[in-house]
Amino acid sequence: MELREKHVLMDEMAMKRALIRITHEIIEKNKGVENVVIIGIRRRGGPLAYRIAELIESIEGFKVPVGILDITLYRDDLTTLASQPQVHRTEVNFNINNKIIILVDDVLYTGRTVRAALDALIDIGRPKCIQLAVLIDRGHRELPIKADFVGKNVPTSKMENVSVSVKEFDDKDLVVIQDIIDS
Amino acid sequence: MKLAQHKDLLGLRDMSREEIQLILDTAIPMKDIIKRDIKKVPTLRGKAMITVFYEPSTRTRTSFEIAGKYLSADTVNLPVALSSVQKGESLRDTMKTIEVMGFDVMVIRHSMSGAPHYVARNTNMRVINAGDGANEHPTQALLDFFTIREKKGTLEGLTVTIVGDILHSRVARSNIYGLSKFGCEIRLVGPPTLMAPEIEKLGVKVYYDLEKAIEGADVINVLRIQKERQHVGLFPSLDEYANLYMIKNDKLKKAKEDVLILHPGPMNRGVEISSEIADSTQALINEQVTNGVAVRMAALFLMMGGTRDEIAY
Amino acid sequence: MKLLIKNGRVIDPKNGIDQQLDIFVNNGLIKKIGENINLENVDRVIDASGKIVCPGFIDIHVHLRDPGYQYKEEIASGSRAAAAGGFTTICCMPNTKPVIDNASVAAYVRQMAAKTAVVNVWPIGAITKNQGGEEITEMADLIAAGCIAVSDDGKPVEKAELMRNALEYARMFHLPVLSHCEDRSLAADGQMHEGYFSTIYGFKGIPTAAEEVMVSRDIILAGLTGGHVHICHISSKGTVDLIRKAKAQGINVTCEVTPHHLTLTDEAVGSYDTNTKVNPPLRSAEHIKALLEGIKDGTIDCIATDHAPHELESKDCEYNYASFGISGLETAIPLIMSLVGKHFDLNKMVSLFTTGPASVMGLNKGSLEIGGAADITIIDPKKSKTVDPGSFYSKGKNTPYAGRKLKGWPYMTIVNGKVKAEDGRIIEE
Repeated sequence: MELREKHVLMDEMAMKRALIRITHEIIEKNKGVENVVIIGIRRRGGPLAYRIAELIESIEGFKVPVGILDITLYRDDLTTLASQPQVHRTEVNFNINNKIIILVDDVLYTGRTVRAALDALIDIGRPKCIQLAVLIDRGHRELPIKADFVGKNVPTSKMENVSVSVKEFDDKDLVVIQDIIDS
Repeated sequence: MKLAQHKDLLGLRDMSREEIQLILDTAIPMKDIIKRDIKKVPTLRGKAMITVFYEPSTRTRTSFEIAGKYLSADTVNLPVALSSVQKGESLRDTMKTIEVMGFDVMVIRHSMSGAPHYVARNTNMRVINAGDGANEHPTQALLDFFTIREKKGTLEGLTVTIVGDILHSRVARSNIYGLSKFGCEIRLVGPPTLMAPEIEKLGVKVYYDLEKAIEGADVINVLRIQKERQHVGLFPSLDEYANLYMIKNDKLKKAKEDVLILHPGPMNRGVEISSEIADSTQALINEQVTNGVAVRMAALFLMMGGTRDEIAY
Repeated sequence: MKLLIKNGRVIDPKNGIDQQLDIFVNNGLIKKIGENINLENVDRVIDASGKIVCPGFIDIHVHLRDPGYQYKEEIASGSRAAAAGGFTTICCMPNTKPVIDNASVAAYVRQMAAKTAVVNVWPIGAITKNQGGEEITEMADLIAAGCIAVSDDGKPVEKAELMRNALEYARMFHLPVLSHCEDRSLAADGQMHEGYFSTIYGFKGIPTAAEEVMVSRDIILAGLTGGHVHICHISSKGTVDLIRKAKAQGINVTCEVTPHHLTLTDEAVGSYDTNTKVNPPLRSAEHIKALLEGIKDGTIDCIATDHAPHELESKDCEYNYASFGISGLETAIPLIMSLVGKHFDLNKMVSLFTTGPASVMGLNKGSLEIGGAADITIIDPKKSKTVDPGSFYSKGKNTPYAGRKLKGWPYMTIVNGKVKAEDGRIIEE
């Protein structure tokens, strides 16, 4: 399988603006952030979660707790994967009982990752509610899951791939759409 | 890097350093799960695991069973003492019977070296060696490494002294195979009658004097002394053994101040280890048991958590 | 039946022959050996060009398991394995059920062999009654019934005094006493050679000392009594040294070595393949080197297979539970051929299978004599074949060499003037 870049969906500035807008929506919807915690889905949901928390702090002057969720053990496709994903720690070092959880991921696609994340969260506590924030929603849902906060809705075909780069891991902030070329 | 590429987990002799590291790394999040309120993840739902122990064991068997359960596998123990094995059923027939019931993995403990290898060769089930004769006990060594790494931050370049009945010890062998892949200085100490022939060829140092062997050591792994060995004349008495090789305070003076004491259990207090040491903060015996569950969860996950076909997406 | 064997390289160590010759056989006897024999009216002309024509090979250490363990081997199947493997004469060990410790069991073996065997079969009687190590057998009676040696093979004679008496008593018949040398207390529970690999594989080892301690004792007792002690299946450097020294002192000691002790080391046990389990165990490389030295300098008299067939269940189990033994008749020649040119020459190889064993047992065989029985082994030194236990004539498929490609196989086995095996297949009458 080969990937060929088609066009840029978001550059650094566009990504920043999208995250600022999402942050405002989170604050508005929850009428403040006193009871809010942010949890990013490993891997690129993690840095996005931290950025949203920083933006909240700059707007509200309030530090919300941030955690990272590893969903590997909750995936429903482990036996069909050729290469085994490595399990990492879930780093949620605070109590999530009765909290409003903002679950953050980079791309929302089939919805299966979010399903796994919801199960993983339920196993570590009983939050008041869980809201989903994603940078890109590319459609093609296989489960009844909808995001509460979306950076950009992008209609895609299944023969395309949405690739998100973040400075923390990839030295740049960039979202591109690629063609999947079967070789 | 996939452990799942190997059908079985039979020993550390043929395992690479990277594979050992992967198991230890994977055991870290597993240990987190053990400490949660809800100690269960759905990962191995629908997988079936059986423990077949031809030798008595409480902690290893229980540890494997609970590790499987924490990962949502269905786990069953074959009580060998009550089974048709007592009516003379061969290992081959027992194994075939288990296989056709649909088990995915068989965890076997056997008093004879190579028995798990024999089973592995003759079945499609994955086989995990939970100790075979004087050959290997890979998951015990892995939990030792996990415990050491957690406390020391690394395994690299440590000095590890293994004390006791090296000749009959599968724990010692698996430790030697694994630690030597991390550049550790491995020292063995015990009476010559309990030392394995030509073991120096594995790159270890052999000592007969306990104090010399633990001078500057970072870790002391104390082996259980089997009382039966006395009857075949390998040492004269437990008292004399204790005088020469028991780990106690005044013998530890030359070890590093933060030396770690490991013991695979069950302990003979007052024979190979004194109570004061066994109950001290340096001794990590209970920690080892917890880590054993985490390491076995990691091994089960890595062996059964992903195998076939192409990448789905 | 008239056979004419043409153009083969005839090697007959006893008569100092090594040249291209023809052999004419009539009525079971060798009639003529010479260059360019051309005769009319022969039943068969065998083209032996490129082949090696030797006196019939002799294996003095075979377990035929009959009577009592016919599920492991029978005289019929074992003798076919021998013929297919290139042997014309075999001597069978007495650890049967009942033990060959009296004339009637020996007579059973002789009669059964006369009826069903395709090679010459000589029974070996027990040293002690029921191999019990307590009372010596009626050796004169055993000899009268056809036994050509005594042995408690499989069980060492533990009591030194009894061994002394056996050697002393057997001396008056010039009867060789074949000794399985093993100190049981040193070897107890051992599964393989004691050394680096027993440490690695986690098995209790059998030290070479277990063999050497008893070899020393038997040599001393042979010296004391003047009896002939033959040490079976020697496996260690120490044993070679002891026998070499004893021979130099004129003590009446001989010995044999098996093909597997010359061609496999203890490292092979690593696969936990129970077919590598044998007693004495496969030793380390240094011992193989010493055994080869022993062959070169004449310390070792002959090769014997210690053919020990077992049924599948005896080997398809945990290593510790598996029976000791290797089914060896059908791989002996190619295994030893693999050493020819590297460690000794073809003449030496032939003598190890002919004059060597014949002189140990006092058998009037092992050479090509005009007027003598036409027992002839023909070897194809160029033939390559993969060992396939499934095609063994022996009931024992227990070989550690399965799947191994070997070169130099028996081409024809002629017993008393009749072709019994050709290209590894038995010719039934």
